[in-house]
Amino acid sequence: MATPAVPVSAPPATPTPVPAAAPASVPAPTPAPAAAPVPAAAPASSSDPAAAAAATAAPGQTPASAQAPAQTPAPALPGPALPGPFPGGRVVRLHPVILASIVDSYERRNEGAARVIGTLLGTVDKHSVEVTNCFSVPHNESEDEVAVDMEFAKNMYELHKKVSPNELILGWYATGHDITEHSVLIHEYYSREAPNPIHLTVDTSLQNGRMSIKAYVSTLMGVPGRTMGVMFTPLTVKYAYYDTERIGVDLIMKTCFSPNRVIGLSSDLQQVGGASARIQDALSTVLQYAEDVLVSADNTVGRFLMSLVNQVPKIVPDDFETMLNSNINDLLMVTYLANLTQSQIALNEKLVNL
Amino acid sequence: MASRKEGTGSTATSSSSTAGAAGKGKGKGGSGDSAVKQVQIDGLVVLKIIKHYQEEGQGTEVVQGVLLGLVVEDRLEITNCFPFPQHTEDDADFDEVQYQMEMMRSLRHVNIDHLHVGWYQSTYYGSFVTRALLDSQFSYQHAIEESVVLIYDPIKTAQGSLSLKAYRLTPKLMEVCKEKDFSPEALKKANITFEYMFEEVPIVIKNSHLINVLMWELEKKSAVADKHELLSLASSNHLGKNLQLLMDRVDEMSQDIVKYNTYMRNTSKQQQQKHQQRRQQENMQRQSRGEPPLPEEDLSKLFKPPQPPARMDSLLIAGQINTYCQNIKEFTAQNLGKLFMAQALQEYNN
Repeated sequence: MATPAVPVSAPPATPTPVPAAAPASVPAPTPAPAAAPVPAAAPASSSDPAAAAAATAAPGQTPASAQAPAQTPAPALPGPALPGPFPGGRVVRLHPVILASIVDSYERRNEGAARVIGTLLGTVDKHSVEVTNCFSVPHNESEDEVAVDMEFAKNMYELHKKVSPNELILGWYATGHDITEHSVLIHEYYSREAPNPIHLTVDTSLQNGRMSIKAYVSTLMGVPGRTMGVMFTPLTVKYAYYDTERIGVDLIMKTCFSPNRVIGLSSDLQQVGGASARIQDALSTVLQYAEDVLVSADNTVGRFLMSLVNQVPKIVPDDFETMLNSNINDLLMVTYLANLTQSQIALNEKLVNL
Repeated sequence: MASRKEGTGSTATSSSSTAGAAGKGKGKGGSGDSAVKQVQIDGLVVLKIIKHYQEEGQGTEVVQGVLLGLVVEDRLEITNCFPFPQHTEDDADFDEVQYQMEMMRSLRHVNIDHLHVGWYQSTYYGSFVTRALLDSQFSYQHAIEESVVLIYDPIKTAQGSLSLKAYRLTPKLMEVCKEKDFSPEALKKANITFEYMFEEVPIVIKNSHLINVLMWELEKKSAVADKHELLSLASSNHLGKNLQLLMDRVDEMSQDIVKYNTYMRNTSKQQQQKHQQRRQQENMQRQSRGEPPLPEEDLSKLFKPPQPPARMDSLLIAGQINTYCQNIKEFTAQNLGKLFMAQALQEYNN
């Protein structure tokens, strides 16, 4: 029995357009969303824990009506149907290492497999979900059935937990550009592991010439009271980088430009040269823009430009000379000391070996 | 930092499977040459190492992990990696070998290369030349000919450019470690200097086409602005730390030198053989008196010669000092360049 996969609505922005206005005093027939969770089928109940459970399964998110979200699903009553998109929906923040892993496992897929799936690990935050790790899970998919090796998934999760105990199972990913019926089944598997799992698709078949990366959460849909179907609603995907990650990604991106996709790590002064070349490019772009737009320019851009120009500090030349000279002297002295130390230990080596 | 025990099961399988590839590698290089001329790393591995340090290794602790890949001619290709849990919060029954075995078995199921080709470690300001690292790398290189240790310097990376280096032990050092004889005579025979302990292997980063596509996507979508830390002029903190570590090491080195000097002095005093002479004189006297001579006792039983201090530690310290000095020089070179650029800008302004 799967938890009714209910959308995680961001309570402050009540999603559905129509009944959103009247939070607490909604008359029975209109199905009101998280604000006053009144399921359509049972109009009489005012505070329904089931519908409140529908609001969120993640900790830390409270529905707008200040009812504490009951985590227990209500088996009998269906959750409220939330038809519209979620403008303020939960944000999924991805790290680049996830995408690289997914692409890599796609490249290593078994013969005949059209797509690969795997588990997403990460942490849950108040307003966003941060996906920081993933691993692929072997599975078999054919026309009419799908088999996922959940044992393997559990084992891998245990192993991963030994290294980073904070990571939880957040959902699963799949390559390919469509959501198939099998996805629903797999999603159900995963909703046993995690409350409200996220589904991530990475389009490795490059439809439309792009590799589109989308994230979904499943919602119930259909006529309440009858069998409910499942619909995947999209979430906003943002990319999160640590500083060092960004530097790593910058470096790795350079392989796009080299003929055999190989780059070496450059030495110290070359790096400074490269960085200053980049700034030079940026500056020339800005100059070009300033020259092209003489009369009717955007005010905000103009303000930015002015603050940029004013950022070069105006220092009295003598002061600057002294600062520069003292810094250069420091650096030269340190270089001299380092060289001296190196020659000392070389001497020591020679003496010992006599 | 714990020296890692090599899982005998895994080494058995992996060494037998790399033996084929290693044969090719050895065929290319001579017996004195190192079997690996270049290390080729996938972009994915770089990202994983960065992420591992970022999440698990704040402060001065090092994070370690295992590198997986394969050997192609004289190139070592690293295609994946997985992190190793730290030992601090562990209970006693955590089995590293088992963790490794399970991980590799699971990765094999998803077609990830399961050949163990090395390990990686993060470092604090470049201080990685230690006994533990030497031991670990020796056991790796002993089992798998082509293994390398990747040293990732997160602080240097945060300053603007990825700092990742691959090291191997030189063949001479391997010989010495095999003998486990670290006395001065053995090291003199092997003629090892601190510069010749570790050899650095050049690294290239390679990405597949699909990953390149992914990079283009990310560039379009994420639009993360360059922060230009590389061009920042505020560097004294980093330099200060480096110098502090260097000074500590130099202190250790001088202590070691003092120890060595006392040892030399003691041995030379002993070798003056005063006792020997006295014995000879006594023997002559006894002979003249017609008595049987006293047996000339073995000197070494009476006065034990002082133990020669183990030279490996001082070699390591010297190596570490060398690394620090090189780091400092690189750093100052960069900073000098930046200062001259700043000067040019100011002159232009005026």
